Amino acid sequence: MREKETTLYLGPQHPGVTGNMMVKLKVAGDTVVKAETHVGYLHRAFEKLMEVRSWMQCFPIVCRICVPEPDPNEENLARAVEEIEGREVPERAKYIRVMVLELARMASILLWMGGQSGSAGLYTMPQWSVGDRDYILDLFEELTGGRVYHMYIWPGGVRRDLPEGFEDRVLKTLDYLESRLPDYDHLMFENAIFQKRAKGVGVIPKEKALEWGVVGPPLRGCGIKHDVRIDEPYEVYDKLDFIVPTYEGGDVWARAMVRRQEFEQSISIIRQVIEKMPKGDYYNKVPNPFNWIVPPGEAYVKTESVRGEFGYYVVSDGSLKPRRIHVRGAAYVHGVSLLEKILVGANIADVSFIMNSLGVCPPEIER
Amino acid sequence: MAVDLKGILSPFSALKQGVKPPHTVRFPREKKETAERYRGLHFNDLEECIGCGSCATICQNEAIDMIKIEGFETKDGDSGLRPRVDNGRCCWCALCVDVCPTGSLSLTKDYIYVTDDPNAFLWTPGVDNPDGKEKISFTSEEGKPLLDYQRIPMRELEGMERVKSFAEVVLGYDEEEARKEAARCVGCGICTEVCPVHMHIPEYIFAIGRGEDEAAIKIIYDNNPLGETCGKVCTRRCETVCAISKRGEPVAIRWLKRYATERANNADLIEEIVNPEILPPNGHSVGIIGAGPSGLTAAYYLSLRGFDVTIYEAKDKPGGMIMYGIPKYRLPLESIEKQVGYMQKMGVKIKYNTAVGKDITFNEIKEKHEAVLIGIGFEKPYELGINGEDAEGSIQAINFLRMVNSERPVDIGDKVVVVGGGNVAIDAARVSRRLGAEVTILYRRRVEDMPADWEEIEGAEDEGVVIHPQAIPLEILTDENNHVKAIKYANAEMIPDPNGGRPRPKIIEGDEHIIEVTAVIAAIGQGADYSFIPEDIMEKIETKRGRIVVNEKQQTSVPWIFASGDIANFRADAISAIADGYRAVKGIEELLLKKEK
Repeated sequence: MREKETTLYLGPQHPGVTGNMMVKLKVAGDTVVKAETHVGYLHRAFEKLMEVRSWMQCFPIVCRICVPEPDPNEENLARAVEEIEGREVPERAKYIRVMVLELARMASILLWMGGQSGSAGLYTMPQWSVGDRDYILDLFEELTGGRVYHMYIWPGGVRRDLPEGFEDRVLKTLDYLESRLPDYDHLMFENAIFQKRAKGVGVIPKEKALEWGVVGPPLRGCGIKHDVRIDEPYEVYDKLDFIVPTYEGGDVWARAMVRRQEFEQSISIIRQVIEKMPKGDYYNKVPNPFNWIVPPGEAYVKTESVRGEFGYYVVSDGSLKPRRIHVRGAAYVHGVSLLEKILVGANIADVSFIMNSLGVCPPEIER
Repeated sequence: MAVDLKGILSPFSALKQGVKPPHTVRFPREKKETAERYRGLHFNDLEECIGCGSCATICQNEAIDMIKIEGFETKDGDSGLRPRVDNGRCCWCALCVDVCPTGSLSLTKDYIYVTDDPNAFLWTPGVDNPDGKEKISFTSEEGKPLLDYQRIPMRELEGMERVKSFAEVVLGYDEEEARKEAARCVGCGICTEVCPVHMHIPEYIFAIGRGEDEAAIKIIYDNNPLGETCGKVCTRRCETVCAISKRGEPVAIRWLKRYATERANNADLIEEIVNPEILPPNGHSVGIIGAGPSGLTAAYYLSLRGFDVTIYEAKDKPGGMIMYGIPKYRLPLESIEKQVGYMQKMGVKIKYNTAVGKDITFNEIKEKHEAVLIGIGFEKPYELGINGEDAEGSIQAINFLRMVNSERPVDIGDKVVVVGGGNVAIDAARVSRRLGAEVTILYRRRVEDMPADWEEIEGAEDEGVVIHPQAIPLEILTDENNHVKAIKYANAEMIPDPNGGRPRPKIIEGDEHIIEVTAVIAAIGQGADYSFIPEDIMEKIETKRGRIVVNEKQQTSVPWIFASGDIANFRADAISAIADGYRAVKGIEELLLKKEK
């Protein structure tokens, strides 16, 4: 006799779901037979809003597209506008941007550590990693004036120069976070329970990964080396020495190990940035924001966010407002189609765990 | 199955954290200091704020409303409004701070704000947190300004080059310069309020910035048919209140207007661009005395509205004071002729060489027209009231300028003293320089008290005019042919006014000096000559300090007589005259069209 199928709605309000979205599960016993992702609970029409706002007004909007890691949005908008305008960015600003992007990556990985282990029932880890993340937020507060939404990278450079002695405080925080890594390893990555939960779970077949449009740590967790920072370097990534970690297996464990090593790479990148950052200008001023006209043109730019390749397509018709801004985040693939595929056959208890491993960020799906 | 012993034991290392102190802040026992540039609650320095509303315009959440608050009235350069933030909508991006032209708006260090008042979301910075000034953290002072505070410089002839001819001193913006200068405007409209005509300043500046010069011209002609004149010689109160001027140089509103209007370089082109709607004739007739800026303005708009308009002008050219009083290096003849030529194409009729009271009587005009507008200006100069004033070589600035502008010969010799400190005095001095004379200006008060435009004063100094402030003329000395030989003056000290008025000059006894001169030009003001108005009518017209009293539509106490320009306002500049003319149109329209109903 065929086991009875039950429909189970996971989300949109559920602590195990990363943000406001819903997964409609058909389960037979404890096993997922079919998964259907439903989005639409979080739509704030960012893209449409920007079509009726001046270029400068778009800048505080884009950061809201991803709460844990808003900076790639600012970076993309700024770089797209600069490309259309042909605006030069001072060298110092480029270094500062890389520092901000990597700090954001680290903060985001810390948040993921909390979510990943939390969804496996390891509740000490979120308390540590979220607490440690706040040290990075302290740096953001000092640099940009905001802890979560930084509104700092904008067309032409960055909004303010580094405060006096800021570099030293960044280095101190990096030293502290580096010293914490063994603790994280003992508690999470070496933990027998975590390893048992993660290995062989949520497998993305290597041969399908590219076809399905997987990017970022999930793709690198399939052993495929792909990273915008290396493949098409932006800002000053080509002047920095770092590796792109890959891991075989395509499972939650592989993705976790990729992120774990990326955390160390980010620390190294920021140290290099501080060492190499030149003195000088940090902002090539755009025209008066009330009369700022961007010449007609279009640009597609991409940034390696913590979730993977993050693209912006920006079109200007030569007016005070953008004609179109299209946002294409990694979560669009990972959170909708990929999730539906790899949830099939998973245990109900692993659904949240798998979702966390993909770093699904629903606002990125619904722009 | 192998047991992962390390994997089971290593998590227990977390226990050592139990003996470490927590790294969280135990609020409220412990406080956490915010960073230097933390973006907390808004604070507004209410005295610095001018209510321009740039913050409300840039706010993409529409979280800021400009509201009326107690203690701040609408006045020149201040809308009287102040921003109120809806903290429920604010995202603390602080763009409002970065674009604040005055720098009055900032964000504070406040991390936490607790209240039991549900309406506290509506937050009027500065009113709701008067102590905010001590807690300011995020300001626009730090970082590069988002607005452009530097003006695109105007190209001019060199000072000593200028005095060689009557060529226009200001060379004007080229297209690129105009676009750049126009782009500095924040579009707040504070300027519009102080402009006597309420010209649509942000609108035409925006059009210029976008390269739409023809649209700009159309907008300018909407309420000012002498835009080009104003573009060259306006006293531009708009610029004195420009929001950008609080921390930088005001937007060059006058030069931008000049740039746009000069694009239409002949009357036909103006007609083609402005292409105004002309109403069919309504059968009413209006007579205007004086083809000065106020009369011309009224005539133009009345013509567009279907009135039959005739201007009676005593002289042989239009423009009044702008034709005869303003030197050609500031306002060339061709410019006035072009502007008036366009008005004539729109149906304005001008009878030149027709002095009312001489060539035609006032009563004849009364017979011909249903309403009369008097815009005769101040043409009767005040006398110095000192001995020797009637000598040869002692002349009035107004007459002097008129003669020079009409290209009639004037002999002032090579050493001139001009008495006075207004624009007319400076004009007379600069014209005298162009005629080859050495010029000294004697002025009763200090240089900073001079009513003349500071740019004019600087221009005069650049051209070699010597300004002698605190000097009071006592007597003009003459030779045996009753020709001016020298002027005697006394130095004065400034005595503070006990009533709080401006300090008054007092002659220092015995501190008298004599300057040898070939001519003395008096420029201490003018009055009106109403002798052409029959006594029985003049008796009914109410006057005050030499000016005719009018209502807000320029109507005098005799309903069919309207007055405009210098004889009806105390500002004595072209733009106020134009405003009078514009208002008179409404008054005349109301008077004549209401009659039909």
